[in-house]
Amino acid sequence: MNSVANLPNRLEKLVGSDRVRASESALREFAISGRAPMAVLKPRSAEEVAEIVSFAAAEKLAVVPCGSCSKLELGMPPQRYDLAMDMTDLRQIEHYDPGDLTLSVDAGLPLNELAKALAAKNQFLPLAVPCGETSTVGGAIASGIDSTLRQQYGTPRDSLIGAEFVDGTGKQCKSGGRVVKNVTGYDLHKLLIGSLGTLAVITRLNFRTFPLPDLQGAHLAGFPTLEAALNFHASLLKSGLPLSNTELFDSDFSALLAGFLNKEGASVPESLANHGWQVFASFEGSAPVMERIHRELRERSVQAQAVRSETLSTRSCQQVSEALREAFQWLRRAAPSVALLRIVLPQFAPGDATELLHVAHQSPLRSAFVLHACNVAYLALLADSEDVSTNAVLEHGVAELFSRVEAKKGSTTVLHAPVWLKDRINVWGARRADFPMMQRVKQAFDPHHIFAPGRFVGGI
Amino acid sequence: MDPALIRELKSLLAPANVLSQKEDLLLYEFDGSVEKGRPEVVVFPHTTEDVSRIVKLAAKYQVPVVGRGAGTGLSGGALARGGGVMIVFARMNRILELDLENRRVVVQPGVVNLDITRAAEHAGLYFAPDPSSQKSCTIGGNVAENSGGPHTLAYGLTTNHVAALELVLPDGEIVRVGSRHGDAPGYDLCGLFVGSEGTLALVTEITVKLSRKAEAVKTLLAIFDAVRDASQTVVEITARGITPAACEMLDGWTLRAVEDYIHAGFPRDSAAVLLIEVEGLREAAESQAASIAEICNSNHAREVRTARDEHERDLLWKGRRNAFGALGRLAPSNYVLDGVIPRSKLPEALEQIHATGEKYGFQIGNIFHAGDGNLHPIVLYDPRDTEQFKRAIAAAQEIIRMCVSLGGALTGEHGVGMEKNELMPLLFSDSDFDLMQRIHDAFNPDSSLNPGKIFPLSKGCGEIRVRKSGQTAGARP
Repeated sequence: MNSVANLPNRLEKLVGSDRVRASESALREFAISGRAPMAVLKPRSAEEVAEIVSFAAAEKLAVVPCGSCSKLELGMPPQRYDLAMDMTDLRQIEHYDPGDLTLSVDAGLPLNELAKALAAKNQFLPLAVPCGETSTVGGAIASGIDSTLRQQYGTPRDSLIGAEFVDGTGKQCKSGGRVVKNVTGYDLHKLLIGSLGTLAVITRLNFRTFPLPDLQGAHLAGFPTLEAALNFHASLLKSGLPLSNTELFDSDFSALLAGFLNKEGASVPESLANHGWQVFASFEGSAPVMERIHRELRERSVQAQAVRSETLSTRSCQQVSEALREAFQWLRRAAPSVALLRIVLPQFAPGDATELLHVAHQSPLRSAFVLHACNVAYLALLADSEDVSTNAVLEHGVAELFSRVEAKKGSTTVLHAPVWLKDRINVWGARRADFPMMQRVKQAFDPHHIFAPGRFVGGI
Repeated sequence: MDPALIRELKSLLAPANVLSQKEDLLLYEFDGSVEKGRPEVVVFPHTTEDVSRIVKLAAKYQVPVVGRGAGTGLSGGALARGGGVMIVFARMNRILELDLENRRVVVQPGVVNLDITRAAEHAGLYFAPDPSSQKSCTIGGNVAENSGGPHTLAYGLTTNHVAALELVLPDGEIVRVGSRHGDAPGYDLCGLFVGSEGTLALVTEITVKLSRKAEAVKTLLAIFDAVRDASQTVVEITARGITPAACEMLDGWTLRAVEDYIHAGFPRDSAAVLLIEVEGLREAAESQAASIAEICNSNHAREVRTARDEHERDLLWKGRRNAFGALGRLAPSNYVLDGVIPRSKLPEALEQIHATGEKYGFQIGNIFHAGDGNLHPIVLYDPRDTEQFKRAIAAAQEIIRMCVSLGGALTGEHGVGMEKNELMPLLFSDSDFDLMQRIHDAFNPDSSLNPGKIFPLSKGCGEIRVRKSGQTAGARP
């Protein structure tokens, strides 16, 4: 029997015809780097997810869990891709105890819908991740994409307190719980963060929530040199001021940021029109706290010999913060051909950043650079044409950056690249020494290797 | 135990680093819990390579291995339930590197928790996890148990402050996980190993993150005439979205015992006190302290005091940190429980604990991390009285079951160990255990590391069995 030939029929028997799509347009919608699945399934419940996974495990079919499909390109294209699991019908807030600041929510609920429910109780989830208009809660966690509120609220690992998921044998499992402090059993939910669907299908996530801040503010300071900007950026991180986000960026990034704000109909801070380096700092709190931070930032930027210092209005602060949150989105669309790299170094000394930027600037490439807190930088290599010689420069630039960063004991991940380039490089870079440990984890969660095979680090 | 193994260990480590006489081993059959489990030999490695060689020898002789720090744990995590070799990390106690610029410290597992802060405080930095035993407990034990402390409320458990680990696997292989500066691509292996209670690997080096000391700290003592008013205050502080750095409760019975011992200034005639600390920018600390005082007063606090200086603050904290020692004066032994509940259920939980105490004939004290719903009921008992001990265990189990029924968990910071492994099915299904078992077996396939912990022995988890030939002197009746 050819199990592939009549696959849609068999899937329809499993979950009902209204839950299976196999039309060309549906398959295209769920394609990853040009590779489409054989069918798209839309389960209604965690139980249905488990049934589908059991079926896939028995038939050795490769499954990729999907939310809004906004970040499906992350990682390597899966080596096999038979079924897309559309999780967007799992969208209940199963439990919300505002008095305890805890939440249990289905993986398919869009983050912005969740945000509305929490805002009604004056609370929020500090996952300021890109594609905020569409991204699902499960996608935000599984993608491991950076949150611009990390400096103040930490990574998802700090707010995720439990999870329910279906493992690769089709069993419904859980770890953690719904309380803010808990060491009962292995912390398996932490492994799901950033796992790109290679360990399990996340069905529900438990978080601690936070009160919405009273007030928000932001400050932009401009500097003539990278060194002056880096010194100011570093001084802010050491100042003890409770900043929610600090970002340092070059003039090319400023121009793209201004372009995005313009397109959104938002006001553009004057500083962004200036050449040179910018340091953005946002913060929140009560009126006296805001006043104190505003004052200190003005004073510190003068001491650091900023050529320009601008306090943003509340509205502008929100608009710029949102635009920075979406940087992943607009950077990957900033030119016909873009390689967007996430670079982490032990330290960004002026020499390090200059060296990396020099590599990225090889003619005819342009680039844009932004340094977040925690020594995480995004460097976009922008090519205005896709001819053979430009492609060669782009590929060489990416390879060179991988090796320069490795020499500095840092790590590089390609967040976005043209399909042809992804076919020629490994977006994760070289395997690390702990790769065999990751294989053991993968084998335990997904013994039949049905979840997004090949998508993750080292070909997991 | 095969004398040949002991001979080989002595030749590997020098005889001074190997204990095998019964009178020496007795010291290591206890920790801070009510459990017991005696090792057959105790060894003191000095290096990671020592640990690797010990583990390989143990594998050759097919005996289990358990790691131990200072033995202050409260769930039997560092007890040799399956007999075998106990590796005590007391002599691997060096701070290997202090990188103040990047706020990282690389330490061996036997470094005492507080010594990390002592090494860094001159630069305005500290190590945030602060178990009550921080003057003696070791960072290796903290990593194994994912320890907490009063300031976990604002700053998280040990797992939130560990960047990288060096591990020795049961076959002796030395591996590194995590990344000193965070953010290496791949699964969060550090997140898995921290809190795995020594059942997956032995930790031989830890890179921890340091935190910056806050500019301002305010410590408040709110005094109540009714326990319910104090617990309702905690509920309201939480619901108002105020996150203090710490929010501790002592009930009247406990605080009287503490006061008699420490003289911290707790009013002896009160029903409960809250010790609340806020920190941050001066402006934030002041306004938070004012809001908290207002909430205390609206919940009928008799008085809200603010520590006037560092001396007063230290005294209040001394009272809190030494409370368990103070209770030690009242009975031959005490059983400190560790359960978690949603914070909104605090008043109800405290009433149920009181009722459980009455039912089993115990005065149960409460001194706990109220701000994150982490209860520490304390049952005083005499371990020589077998019947009383049985009742203490029954009362404890009833309280933990109550925590689960309120939507909570079995343990907030002490770990499951051999204290609560049989209660795990209250929270986890067969499918959950299957996956946890596969993760366990992926790293520790023969259960040679710390057998008999976390997983229930009574539920078909046959692979996590306790070696029958070993000394399994559990204290439970």
